Parts: sequence; C-alpha cells; structure tokens
Amino acid sequence: MERIPVLRMGSLLLITIQVDMHDKLALQLQDDVTERISEWGSTGVLIDISSLEIVDSFIGRMLANIAGMSRVLGAETVVVGMQPAVAITLVELGMSLTGVRTALSVEAGMELLYGNAITGTQDERTEA
Amino acid sequence: MNDLAEIISQNEDRLRTEWIGTMSASVERTDLISKAEINEQCASILKEIVEGVKTSGSGNLSGAGWNGARELLTAISASRARQGFSPTDVAIFVLSLRQPLFVVIRDKVGKTPDLLFETIGAATQLLDKLAMITNEAYIATREELIMRQQQELLELSTPVVKLWDGILALPIIGTLDSARTQVVMESLLQAVVATNSRYAIIDITGVPTVDTLVAQHLLKTITAARLMGAECIISGVRPQIAQTIVHLGINLEDVITKAKLSDAFGLALQRSGRAVVKTAAATAANPLSGFFGKREE
Repeated sequence: MERIPVLRMGSLLLITIQVDMHDKLALQLQDDVTERISEWGSTGVLIDISSLEIVDSFIGRMLANIAGMSRVLGAETVVVGMQPAVAITLVELGMSLTGVRTALSVEAGMELLYGNAITGTQDERTEA
Repeated sequence: MNDLAEIISQNEDRLRTEWIGTMSASVERTDLISKAEINEQCASILKEIVEGVKTSGSGNLSGAGWNGARELLTAISASRARQGFSPTDVAIFVLSLRQPLFVVIRDKVGKTPDLLFETIGAATQLLDKLAMITNEAYIATREELIMRQQQELLELSTPVVKLWDGILALPIIGTLDSARTQVVMESLLQAVVATNSRYAIIDITGVPTVDTLVAQHLLKTITAARLMGAECIISGVRPQIAQTIVHLGINLEDVITKAKLSDAFGLALQRSGRAVVKTAAATAANPLSGFFGKREE
C-alpha cells in the first residue's frame, strides 16, 4: 500500500508530501505520525507540502488535526513551503489553520523547531 | 422605395459637398481630421447607402444589403471615438446629411406632395437608424477603452517592493474590492515565494476608506500569507481610519498594525534580528553632514 514516509531527524519528524493526497493516505498519515511521536518521543513535526498543488477542505482539516494531535502528544507542528494557490484555496475555504505554525522553507521551519531544541540542549549542557 | 436610391445616386456630388458644408459648420473639432479624409468617408458612405436602399430597402437596416454601410459606419465612428471626438460630433456626422438630402428630395419630387411625404419619411427613418448605429459603435469603443484602462490600472496599482532581504512592502492605492484583493493576494504571495521573504508590510496609506468588507479582504490576504509562513504588518493607518475600525467593531487584534510604514519596517528589521546604526565615519566624510545631522536631531 502507498504510504507517506515519516523520517526521524533527532528529536524531529520530517514528513514530505510528494504525491496527490487522497483521503485514505491522509488518514494513514495521521496514524503514522501519532504512532511515531509516541514511539520516538519526538518534540517537533515538520510537514513539507511544497509539492502539494491541490488541496480540499479534508486535507486542510487533516493538517490541522495532525497539529492538534501532535500538540496533545507534546510535539510542535510546523507546516512549510505552502504554495500561493494552496494558501488562497484554504483561505477561500475558510480554513486559517490557527494553531499551526508555518514557515517558508524546510530550512526556516527547522530553524523554528530545532533552534529551540538546540538552545535547549546547550542550556542543559552549560548547566551541567 | 427605389426612388430614394435614385435620388441619392443622381445627386451624389451635390449631396456630398453640402453634407460636408453642414458638417464642418457644426462640428467643433475640425482639426482632428483632414478635409480629404472626410470627403472620402462621405463618398463611400453615400455609395453604401445607395447600395443598401437598392438591395434591402430603406426600412430594414439589418438586411444583407446594409452590411457594407453598417461596417463602414461602425469603423468610422470607432476611429472617431479613439481620435477624441465628442459624442455630439460623431452624431452630427450622420445627422448633417439630413438637410441636404431633404433639399435634393424636394427638388426632385416636390411637385407631388404624397410622394414627397413618403420619401422624406423614409429618408428620416433611414438617417435615424444610421445615427443609432454610429452612436452604438461610439459607445462600444469608449466602453472597450474604459475596460482596458481598468485592467491596466489593476495591474499598475499592485506593485510589490522589496525593502530589505526578507522584507517586502505592498503599498495599496485605491479601494480594495474583491477583484483587486485577488490580484493583490496573488502578487503578494508570488513575491513572498520568489524572494523568500519572512515579513510583508501592507501599507494602506492610499486606501481612502476601510469598511468591514475591505477589512475582511485584508484579513484574507494576511491569513494566506501566514499559511505560507510569512508575517504581515499593516501600516499607514490614518487616525480617521483607526476610529472607523473601532466604531465598526472590526477585529484586528491578531494583526500587527502600525501608523507609519517606517514603524512597520523598523519592527520587521527588529524581528529579523537587524538594526539600523548610524555610523560616525559617514557623517565625517559627507560634506552635507551638517545639514542632515541637524535635521536628524
């Protein structure tokens, strides 16, 4: 079965969506993400949707859901690389994805999440 | 009915000369078009009218015989609309044929009142319809012109400027309606992607009024930019507009707003970890430093 890979980068999860999302795939992704967070104890989830060109309200809600679920499990979600057309569509659908953090690129998103993580560990180190 | 065609074709030269005479007496902007051109246009119209009356009669201008006359009139009045003639001038072009035509008809059939009445009636109807065609073509051309200018205005009025690395500014001039919001939103989002900008300043100094609809359009743009990972700052809020926003109960609490573009730019610089510092070296090297230095204080 087709599956979106969930990669582990230290304390982060990296998910790159490169295929057209259909509903089953989205639900599978929700399962995988929550599973991995609790398994690996991740503190951040990075979803790269720069190749996603078509969204509907279901995919929009799925993104918000993943963010919500991750937050409950103690991980912060950043959605990166949204295309202008996708952003306009989501706004026209009335989905502003409040509670989901966004960044322009994977790099910026990583900075947003990892920056905190790195300073966190450094602080611990200096303290130690 | 064919009498009319005969009368016109027999007196073509006389009609044309008198027509042009009447026309140039009443048209204001004779400087816009040359005598020779008018002469030529009148001659070809007369020819087409004769052709039209002969083949399709004078009552029905939608007949095939009138195609030539219709096209010619439309082309002439369209070109006049572009040249800057007033609507009156364009209408007079056809209507000033009336007087000379009546004179010619009277000379020809003046002795039999019934025939005179009938021919003049037909001629009047014909001229009215021709004038209508001219007017319609004139208005259509102007309308087209207005549409094109609107389109150009739309494209011109949404520039996205890069203020600094990662900081964009979007000065909005004029009222925001749905169509413009779409253009503004698209060009802003494209620019955000192209320049990889983290901050976008929307300057509304040039927006005359902000009502609930404009505010909603602004919020939409801001939300779309946020979804892509860019932060929007609204600047150029005038005192009256600030009052209106509060009176209308528009919720702009989730949006950063500043009074001036410079304030917004300062905030964007600060958030991206930059600061503008005055260097001592520049003031010493600059001969105008005294002047500028004083002004800055």
